[in-house]
Amino acid sequence: MELPVLNSSPAANSVSNADGGCDSHSCGSTGDQLGHLPEHIRAKVHNHPCYSEQAHHYFARMHVAVAPACNIQCHYCNRKYDCSNESRPGVVSEVLTPVQAVKKVMAVAANIPQMTVLGIAGPGDPLANPERTFETFRELSEKAPDIKLCVSTNGLALPESVEELSKHNIDHVTITINCVDPDVGAKIYPWIFWNNKRIMGREGAEILIAQQQKGLEMLTARGILVKVNSVMIPGVNDEHLAEVSRVVKSKGAFLHNVMPLIAEPEHGTFYGLMGQSGPTHDELQKLQDACSGDMNMMRHCRQCRADAVGLLGEDRGQEFTMDKIEDMEIDYPAAMVKRAEVHAEIARELEIKEKASAAKAELAKAGLVAIQGLKKDVLKARPVLMAVATKGGGVINEHFGHASEFLIYEAHDGDVRFIGHRKTTPYCEGGDTCGDGESALDVTIRELSGCEVVLCSKVGYEPWGPLEAAGIQPNGEHAMEAIEDAVLAVYEEMRVAGKLEAKPVLQQKAA
Amino acid sequence: MAFEIIETCVNCYACEPLCPNQAIYQASPHFLIDPDKCTECIGDYMDAQCSSICPIEGAILDELGREVNPPGSLTGISPALLAKYQAAVEATYQTALAAKSA
Repeated sequence: MELPVLNSSPAANSVSNADGGCDSHSCGSTGDQLGHLPEHIRAKVHNHPCYSEQAHHYFARMHVAVAPACNIQCHYCNRKYDCSNESRPGVVSEVLTPVQAVKKVMAVAANIPQMTVLGIAGPGDPLANPERTFETFRELSEKAPDIKLCVSTNGLALPESVEELSKHNIDHVTITINCVDPDVGAKIYPWIFWNNKRIMGREGAEILIAQQQKGLEMLTARGILVKVNSVMIPGVNDEHLAEVSRVVKSKGAFLHNVMPLIAEPEHGTFYGLMGQSGPTHDELQKLQDACSGDMNMMRHCRQCRADAVGLLGEDRGQEFTMDKIEDMEIDYPAAMVKRAEVHAEIARELEIKEKASAAKAELAKAGLVAIQGLKKDVLKARPVLMAVATKGGGVINEHFGHASEFLIYEAHDGDVRFIGHRKTTPYCEGGDTCGDGESALDVTIRELSGCEVVLCSKVGYEPWGPLEAAGIQPNGEHAMEAIEDAVLAVYEEMRVAGKLEAKPVLQQKAA
Repeated sequence: MAFEIIETCVNCYACEPLCPNQAIYQASPHFLIDPDKCTECIGDYMDAQCSSICPIEGAILDELGREVNPPGSLTGISPALLAKYQAAVEATYQTALAAKSA
């Protein structure tokens, strides 16, 4: 069965481009790109923060680290994974037994009712730990039927697990596919464990690729949604990923998530120590744009730890360590009632938003003839990147100095598009300097390179000057407003002020 | 004739279910092999199972105390490169210490 793929309809795309990028299903940008999906798939993903950009502002997820064993080695992974200060896949603080994991999930579900999704993602490969993974799923399907279950895998053991996966409440599977060519794979995977042997190099990569593709086909044939993750490794698979996107789309994957390589020497990974660098923000965006012609791209992924808890981009894992939940008494039936109320409230809010944007789209269509003359000016305007500080809810509600990440939006021709996120150290928490003499503010300014505006609920006097000097206009005037509306409003102000005709001097220097 | 798991083990469980003799067991601070049960998989498999899936170089020793997976054999990170990095980390640390006391 081939599932329709988001943004795959050229007709839909050309319509939205022709009238300024707005149709009733996916207004603005980010809107919900789920608009192009058939109803039964949308129903499955509308409240899944990892699959729906819109949902990720409202709903939370958690991972439980029950799966420490792995059956392959990747060059971006170091199996000595016990660091509590890092946020990247494969890293966890404590490995849980299935019994502990179930307890933790129920404690989090009761305390964070917005949590809709439980994923098992490691720290090894969930399907290389089938007993531990499936025991956790079995218990949770029974005790907490209102939680969606997901699993993320390298795919090697996927074909033999499909039958078991389809028995549980699991309607989403993520496969990490970095290549479909074993010569590329040989540069990413030094070995796999297969049929009781360690198999090195190209031969191992070839088996892994065949298993991934077979597993993908088996899952989509059963109507289980498949997302494909790819790690973009410049010089290794960057040029190859457009082909990966085409292949996985043709086999029914519904979403492709191209993620940047994380490789620092202190991680002790092969790539980190060999000086292999990750892509720049710009390189990543270009590749995501190139692949999006083939298939819907996911841009809000935060590459979570295998024990992350909370909204994407936040980690409340420290509130739910085993010693803390040991004493919690959870009345799950009562929690389920409260959870259902919270979910209904969010659904109402989302519905109001959708109606408002549909109404706006109608207005824009009606006004189209009238603004035809204006449109020439608008088209001359260049795109602008803006950074946004938010705690969730789709509004600007975070202080500049408290933000540990910024969401990046691109405004262009009256349209807003979500581009991605950039992590930083909160300016107010950073010490005077980091190891290399760079202040927390310097780091944030470097991370926000390319952005011309930063929108936040408040911004202090101290960072104001350096931000302006770097060509990034601080703006605290849109506190508590919806992100997309505020971005558009600021873009319009810039257009009226004549700031959109040429590239600003500072940005040109940087380029 | 028996293999041994040493302190660099990261407790990933990968080896435990593979052992044909159930010689591997969870212990603190790390997994151990019961030397009376271990046969090095002779008669069961071509390659010893625990050391064929173990991701940590040097964590399993053979009956002569030799590393079954020597440094560089699994990760491709040569011992020389690792040493160079460790020296660089040490140097950065010393510089930071010196700057602090100055």
